[in-house]
Amino acid sequence: MNIWSKVSPSEKSKYIYRIARLMQERARELAIIETLDSGKVIRESRDIDIPLACNHFFYYAGWTDKLQYAFPNKKVSPLGVVGQIIPWNFPLLMAAWKIAPALAAGNTVVLKPAETTSLTALKLAEIIRDSGLPDGVVNIVTGYGDTGAELVNHYDINKIAFTGSTTVGKIIQKSISGSDKKVTLELGGKSANIILEDAPIDQAVEGIINGIFFNQGHVCCAGSRLFVQESIYDIIIKKLKRRIDKLIIGDPLDKNTDIGAINSKEQLNTINNYINIGKSEGSKIFQSSYKLPNKGYYCAPTIFTDVSQSNRIFQEEIFGPVLTIQTFRTIDEVIKKANNSPYGLAAGVWSDKGSRVFNLSSKLRAGVVWANTYNKFDPTSPFGGYKESGFGREGGLHGLSPYINLK
Amino acid sequence: MNNYTNKVVQPDFSKSPRIDKVGVEERVSKFQKRSLKRETKLMGLRMALSMIDLTTLEGKDTIQKVKQMCYKAQHLHDVFPNLPKVAAVCVYPSMVRVASKLLDQSEVKVASVSTSFPSGQSPLKVKLMETKFAISEGADEIDMVISRGKFLAGEYNFVFDEIARIKEVCGNVRLKVILETGELITLDNVRRASEIAMYAGADFIKTSTGKIQPAASMQVTYVMLEAIRDFMDKTGIKVGMKPAGGISNSKLALHNLVMVNEVLGNGWLSNEWFRFGASSLANDLLMQIIKSETGIYQSSDYFSID
Repeated sequence: MNIWSKVSPSEKSKYIYRIARLMQERARELAIIETLDSGKVIRESRDIDIPLACNHFFYYAGWTDKLQYAFPNKKVSPLGVVGQIIPWNFPLLMAAWKIAPALAAGNTVVLKPAETTSLTALKLAEIIRDSGLPDGVVNIVTGYGDTGAELVNHYDINKIAFTGSTTVGKIIQKSISGSDKKVTLELGGKSANIILEDAPIDQAVEGIINGIFFNQGHVCCAGSRLFVQESIYDIIIKKLKRRIDKLIIGDPLDKNTDIGAINSKEQLNTINNYINIGKSEGSKIFQSSYKLPNKGYYCAPTIFTDVSQSNRIFQEEIFGPVLTIQTFRTIDEVIKKANNSPYGLAAGVWSDKGSRVFNLSSKLRAGVVWANTYNKFDPTSPFGGYKESGFGREGGLHGLSPYINLK
Repeated sequence: MNNYTNKVVQPDFSKSPRIDKVGVEERVSKFQKRSLKRETKLMGLRMALSMIDLTTLEGKDTIQKVKQMCYKAQHLHDVFPNLPKVAAVCVYPSMVRVASKLLDQSEVKVASVSTSFPSGQSPLKVKLMETKFAISEGADEIDMVISRGKFLAGEYNFVFDEIARIKEVCGNVRLKVILETGELITLDNVRRASEIAMYAGADFIKTSTGKIQPAASMQVTYVMLEAIRDFMDKTGIKVGMKPAGGISNSKLALHNLVMVNEVLGNGWLSNEWFRFGASSLANDLLMQIIKSETGIYQSSDYFSID
């Protein structure tokens, strides 16, 4: 039986489990390739990207024979062929987020990795072939934006799943209008990380660091807008600067490196351009004094203080290790400021008081709100945005529904 | 010398900064993942050896055992030259005279536990007398315990005053204050007790007696290191740190050193400011040092136990 949608659910499950296990077995190889290809530090690819990618396959393997129960009183069927386009910031992880639920729901996949980071996707293709999955069920096609456009516009595609910039997301939505293609978009962000005065200070400082400097800030949900309650502003800034100065920047393959290389020359230019804009807008800049390597695309971790809501560096997604900071006095004020953005992907709230956390998390217009932590991902937890950060969810039960028809 | 109490009013300890346990665990796991290359590792192992307070605190301690320990403190493994000595030996007050005589001419210090170690369940009068006794017998350092019962009952002033009074008696003798974190339960309490101890005049803060589990977990030590740094920021006074109990192997000792370096900086990386309270750690460090330098991992039978 070579027709994927007709393969029995328990058989489907076996294939997906097998892919997960093969990935686990080759985790080291995948981590090293990912780091070589993307510039992210080995500590992150080894401890976060690869294990999480495996876990997505493990998790969705368990859903194949439970779809009828997941959507009670409905008849569930696959969509058909889904086109998936993924970005360069988490190459393998994004491939796993996209492929695993699509397979579990019985679809076939054509996936295009980003042109700068195609290697782990190709490695994954090899693993999938080794798993014995029938030919043609998962197809990896490399290429630039024009290849993506071919995919989006192809008449045989039933659904497009895209993760990337808001600009491209808008183009995709325009090109499929008038067709019956379904679409989910996971786009940019300028997420708010909010530190209340009763927050656990040292852990909040770690959370700020993790929020913005994780993966050199190439994270769609990066906590790039920091709001600090004014009574603790001085101490937070002092501790933050001291901590930033301790971050080890350098060779991504060194296990001790905290901050790796910027993904591409183009991206480094974009980031540097925003840093110049920040300076010309009159914000105060602080950068790590750590000596950057002479060779390679590196950007020192940067923070801007004295930033206002109308500054471009505060409004636009920089996608790099650049943090913009404002203070606030009241809770109402910070809710207004945090929501005053075309984006709404994620947010962080730091407080010792549960009631404050729940109050804020219910009023922030963001797809994910973390309390006393940041950048935590799990295959069971849905992820996705509000407003121009996109629509549709990935992960969890919610992550299945964009890949099925319900009758 | 920490003489802070004479200068400024202490803060409201009920408002000590809050600690998030999950965040602490995450931070600590990053220290545990640092990798040390050969040379640095060897330096770390030697450094750790020089930071040990070699300890025997048993009801059944004998003069002979203390004598043996004092000898070992100065001659860790004579067949292997150029090894550092440990920082101190740590004994009960009744054994101080023996140790002090043997270590008189040595740079190895004699530390005495005091204040009804390990429980601290006796009146202040007795605690003061015991401390005076230990000092008169020749102790260079005093390791006192705090009154955990009073602390948990919220009587922070009582705990503070007790430490301050002991500190008065100590004078120039360095005072280590044992928080016994295994009985304080939460990291919030560890932070608060650290602050009370430092504001009351502690020269060192120390995690545990070694009699209660859990003892010196890295999470607890991390919280105390952060407290030391914040105290330094506020007062300009440097306080030392001594994790004690449970650090029995080289790997854990190295993780601790990595943590000290990253939280406080290398200003704390000497036995003047950082100590390990341990007894079995020394031999494991010796085995690792010899392994690193000769390439051969020897049987524990080649290393004296006392």
